[in-house]
Amino acid sequence: MMACNTRTANKKRYQWLAICIILLGLIILASLCIGAKPLALNTIYNVMFNDQQGLASTIIFEGRLPRTLNGLFVGMALGTSGALIQAITRNPLADPGILGINLGASLAVSIAIVFLGATQFTDFFIYAAIGALCASLLIFTIGSMGAGKVDPLKLTLAGIALGAVFAGFSSALTLFNPMAFDQIRFWAVGSLDIRSLSVPLFIAPVIIVGCLLALSITPALNAFGLGDALAASLGSNPIKIQIIGLITITLLCGAATAAAGPIGFVSLMMPHIARWMVGPDQRWIIPFSFILTPSLLLFADIIGRILVVGELRVSIVTAFIGAPILIYLVRRKGVSSL
Amino acid sequence: MNLSKTYLFSILFTLLIAFSTLFVGEDIVNSAQDIWYLILGQAEQYQSIVIWQWRASRLFSAAVIGAGLGISGAIFQSLVRNPLGSPDITGFNVGAFTGVLISIVLFGNLYWFSVLGALLGGLFAAVLVYLFAYRDGHSGFRLIIVGIAISATLTAFNQWLSLTVSLETAMTAALWSAGSLNGMTWMRIMPATLLIVILLIASFLLSTRMKLLEMGDDTAAALGISVNKTRLTLMLVGVSLTAVATAITGPISFISLAAPQIARRLHKEQNITLGGSAFVGALLLITADFIAQHGWDNSTLPVGLVTVSLGGFYLVYLIIREGK
Repeated sequence: MMACNTRTANKKRYQWLAICIILLGLIILASLCIGAKPLALNTIYNVMFNDQQGLASTIIFEGRLPRTLNGLFVGMALGTSGALIQAITRNPLADPGILGINLGASLAVSIAIVFLGATQFTDFFIYAAIGALCASLLIFTIGSMGAGKVDPLKLTLAGIALGAVFAGFSSALTLFNPMAFDQIRFWAVGSLDIRSLSVPLFIAPVIIVGCLLALSITPALNAFGLGDALAASLGSNPIKIQIIGLITITLLCGAATAAAGPIGFVSLMMPHIARWMVGPDQRWIIPFSFILTPSLLLFADIIGRILVVGELRVSIVTAFIGAPILIYLVRRKGVSSL
Repeated sequence: MNLSKTYLFSILFTLLIAFSTLFVGEDIVNSAQDIWYLILGQAEQYQSIVIWQWRASRLFSAAVIGAGLGISGAIFQSLVRNPLGSPDITGFNVGAFTGVLISIVLFGNLYWFSVLGALLGGLFAAVLVYLFAYRDGHSGFRLIIVGIAISATLTAFNQWLSLTVSLETAMTAALWSAGSLNGMTWMRIMPATLLIVILLIASFLLSTRMKLLEMGDDTAAALGISVNKTRLTLMLVGVSLTAVATAITGPISFISLAAPQIARRLHKEQNITLGGSAFVGALLLITADFIAQHGWDNSTLPVGLVTVSLGGFYLVYLIIREGK
């Protein structure tokens, strides 16, 4: 992009941002209205602000609202963490799955089912959070061992290696235990369907703090992308950026995986879509991922609700909607690789 | 440790594991004399059946398939110039799983139907990726992204299918997807061996061009390489290697990812080498299969579970050691 065009480019970006925010608002409303029993907008208004009781209130407070909030926060966390992971590892293919964080959560849930007798989704929540936390700490420690700083390539490889170990162990635990296998196959697909407000309210502060941290380091991430030496000479402190980045990734991925299960593909895909919309500038990529991902996630969730009787899981619909978009975009001319 | 010592150690280790695989366990072989008779072909019939028909064929399968997977990983990591590159990016393994799931749902748990399903499903996915990634030639990056998109779609389909079928069917399919050498007889491995050997020779013939391609498309073209044709041939060889291996054993994960990286570190070289990757791949799978048979109480684990753990730990060890 030419320097003299920066102002027009920024204006266009602000317009896009406004459109995306409006879109997200509309999708949130749709997510509250659409379902097995459609609700009118004024019913929702009455339930939320005039304390109207009855069936509608039950549907809203024990179904649609927790689910929508869950989708909103999980989406924000997945989008932001995906963009951040790709920036910190300097690898456009990295996502929470590749860093092994999701797999750590899966292992913790498998252990909980097999050895600790966990059967409820609410039990899984806490184990998944602990698993994701331990996994990312372990991976980040190994990825930064020796040199005293995080080597992006080493971090990626450590993530793959440990992730594989986690996956192997959880398969070994569940493959010979039909009961555990049955539970884990439903958990592992991921779902936004939560019956109470406690989960989204629990993860909300964590995710908001994480997203604020992520936004706070975006200006420095552009310099960081040029390599440690260049970044240091441009006046930013690569080690500090990496540490803040890794803490943020841990918070976001842990909260998202705990609340919705291991949903991977969106956090890989949305940063690319954001990049193609706004150009290779982290100051824009991260906010756009932050807004766009919950839109896709909630949209997929709505589609899953109305498409078949028994509901399609959100991650399945997301892949079916997201993959064609990704393929279409990567086939355009002049796509920047990173 | 200098290079020759590393080699010597690896070869001795391989022989040791191979020897143990053949002769350890289940009270079949009880003395050195038994082993001598077995080698001379004078052992009792039940001994020679167990050792030469069952265990040797399994050991041989592990070596051949490990080498094939190692080479296929080396080819793909070189093609996309990314340590995350592996045959998985073509969506082959996910597609193969789709094929097997469908075959199990439609026809039940029949070995050759699963082989066919894996081949058809895998090739279907690979062709899809290839077609969608094509646009005035292929770029490594576009290939990866399209591969990820197609894999994600197929994974979603697989997950949906595993949620809708009965628990038993889902577990049978999951066992297949872990990758296993159980029941590998000479009859099952021989056709595959022939194909893998042909493909190995082809890949060694291509290795010079592969190295030039690593320098970048423009440099390679300037040096007289037909970039698109070379890339297509390399992809074809790599996918076929994975295809053969996956079809007969299920996707044995991680070898194609880890072997080239481990080989590179053992050689202390910057580039990915084919011979080293093949050797490390074979060694990894033989060792993993030994552990799969003897490591876990009395049951035999799917070897794929061991390869991910073993390869994973070893890669972690290498990363830590490199940091010092």
